[in-house]
Amino acid sequence: MPDFSDILEVLLLRNYNTRLVVLGTTLLGIAAGLIGSFLLLRKRSLMGDALSHATLPGIAIAFAIMVSLGGSGKSLPGLLLGATLSGVAGIATMLLIRNTTRLRDDVAMGFVLSVFFGVGVASLRMVQSLPGASAAGLESFIYGKTASMVQSDFLLIALVAGAASLVSLLFLKEFLLLCFDDGYAASQGWPTLFLDVLLLGLVTAVTVIGLQAVGLILVIAFLITPPTAARFWTQRLLPMLLISALIGGVSGWLGASLSALTPQLPAGAVIVLVAAALFLVSMLFAPERGVLPRLLNQARLRRKVDRQHFLRAAYEILEAQAGKSETSGDGPVRNVSFPTEVLLEKRAWSSRQLRRILRIARHEDHLESAPTGRLRLSEPGFGEAARVTRNHRLWETYLIQYADIAPSHVDRDADMVEHILGAELVRELEAKLSGELPGHAVPPSPHPLPSA
Amino acid sequence: MHTESLSGQAVFPAKHTEPRPEHPPEIPLAIHDLTVAYHRKPVLWDIELNIPEGKLVGIVGPNGAGKSTLLKACLDLVPRTSGWAHIYGAPYRKARHRVAYVPQRESVDWDFPVNALDVVAMGAYRRLGWFRRVTKAEAARAMEALEQVGIAHLAQRQISQLSGGQQQRVFLARALMQDADLYLMDEPFAAVDAATEQAIVELLRRLSGEGKTCLVVHHDLATVTTYFDWIVLINMRIVAAGPTAETFTRENLQKTYGGKLNLLEKAAEALRSTPR
Repeated sequence: MPDFSDILEVLLLRNYNTRLVVLGTTLLGIAAGLIGSFLLLRKRSLMGDALSHATLPGIAIAFAIMVSLGGSGKSLPGLLLGATLSGVAGIATMLLIRNTTRLRDDVAMGFVLSVFFGVGVASLRMVQSLPGASAAGLESFIYGKTASMVQSDFLLIALVAGAASLVSLLFLKEFLLLCFDDGYAASQGWPTLFLDVLLLGLVTAVTVIGLQAVGLILVIAFLITPPTAARFWTQRLLPMLLISALIGGVSGWLGASLSALTPQLPAGAVIVLVAAALFLVSMLFAPERGVLPRLLNQARLRRKVDRQHFLRAAYEILEAQAGKSETSGDGPVRNVSFPTEVLLEKRAWSSRQLRRILRIARHEDHLESAPTGRLRLSEPGFGEAARVTRNHRLWETYLIQYADIAPSHVDRDADMVEHILGAELVRELEAKLSGELPGHAVPPSPHPLPSA
Repeated sequence: MHTESLSGQAVFPAKHTEPRPEHPPEIPLAIHDLTVAYHRKPVLWDIELNIPEGKLVGIVGPNGAGKSTLLKACLDLVPRTSGWAHIYGAPYRKARHRVAYVPQRESVDWDFPVNALDVVAMGAYRRLGWFRRVTKAEAARAMEALEQVGIAHLAQRQISQLSGGQQQRVFLARALMQDADLYLMDEPFAAVDAATEQAIVELLRRLSGEGKTCLVVHHDLATVTTYFDWIVLINMRIVAAGPTAETFTRENLQKTYGGKLNLLEKAAEALRSTPR
């Protein structure tokens, strides 16, 4: 097990042996995060997968050609050139299938992915038996192996990753339009075919330079996981791109470091696992779209709705007891106790729901002690009930007067909006209706109430 | 892109062997002999159509009649098998800046990381050209466009949190940004609330009052006579086109909808019996 100082040395790029590997993979992660965002938004993730699998035959063939020309066959630029060409051939095959037959996209992609990968595995076996050449290590392109990275490899990766990132940011506006609404983009005269080819070119570039570090099976995860995770944190494109680049970069950095410390772990798998962990955290906890914050919000809203329903129902019961429902003027509404079952008649609550609601009301000190079977609002509870009822009726009046809604339908509509709107809109309503309502009194309901 | 010459007539010299049909040189949209086929199956057949200027035109026909395809063929979005469509006397690629297109709302993914203002600002992308980001001035114009459709207060809202009607208004605002003369709208009234429908109708009337021409794919036969000055009845071929009062007749509807008319017949009958 590596000790703490070793870990720190690798993470902080102080270790000479791993510095290039970690730095290169980090840059790769940043580029993958940026370009993967557009790939995801263009809904072409599967195409990226087909592309990466289609690179394998090119690697084998490039090796064979370089060996036959008298080289060792291990030159990375040569191998990556082969990978690029066969990846592009894979995409071209896919487009050909799509445009000349009526097969669906996913069929074409599945076909290209498996056939090219099969050809790749077979030709890899064949070149390994070539005389006078050692093809050992070519398999590392399948699962990724960072340890073999040398300085010239690093320069190539850094250069391509940097250039691809810059291009993707330069074309930010154009890619945004293409991904959101390609029909509109074309109608505006934007060359959508060129933009698509450019985007696919960037994906190809990142895929190919990612082959060495992450391997062709997992490189798609490196492209797709960071933007998917980033989407949970934001609703705008630019923040999404930056967060995605950050997540990609951190995955590359941590993943390559961990794999450098424990060489038996393949780098590609570790990087993808780090990215997946970041994805999981984002999915669960991101405040903007995460699962837990959303559940929490829903629970909070339900609680608010229940609380308001209870208070309004109680106030209406008290109103009825004071003999002043829709016909106003019969004497003030007083805070007295009332039987619990009246509440059940007013609202379609099960007894379990009622227990929950009363628990909330007690928790908020809206209830005072009362004889069994009866309920009594506390002073603050009574004030709050009057306020809630008043807001509700103001809103109802507003809807009836300004929005042409039949009085018989208004109750439900008012319920829905009222819980969403805050104090600001209520003030606006008060200003609108101040001429028609005296002071802070609770106005009568604009529609007949169901009798309790 | 804006500086392209509009002396359109010179653009298509004696390429067409047959004599060109009679139409005023600068009408908003002239379509001649247009045929469109998907996978060898024709969708539009021998379309001849001249849309007069400043009119509010409804395109009406059954499902699969080629209404959307007609708009797309005018916009060079689908390949034409034969014929042409000219915008103010020029092919579309020369007259792009005079046309605003409002696609069907369902054609895009509304769970996209942009807000309402971002989408409206897309209407300025062509003016901005390559690489330039949305300027302050264009953002202000986008706000104005949102105000015109009555949802300026929702500018910062993520588009999936807008209602269907509000999303449709965002699309209209984006089209307004282009300051076009001809508006092609694909089902702007589909699945919108009554208030939005009213707002859209008012907007369309204002545009046509300003001399702009609007071509609107429409589904609801009951509102055709109240909304449109002019209609095009289409079912793969043009069944009839002209002022609504003369064209929206029972015979024409029967021809357009064929056997499917049973229910629609009743609608048309109901319209006939109510005074316009």
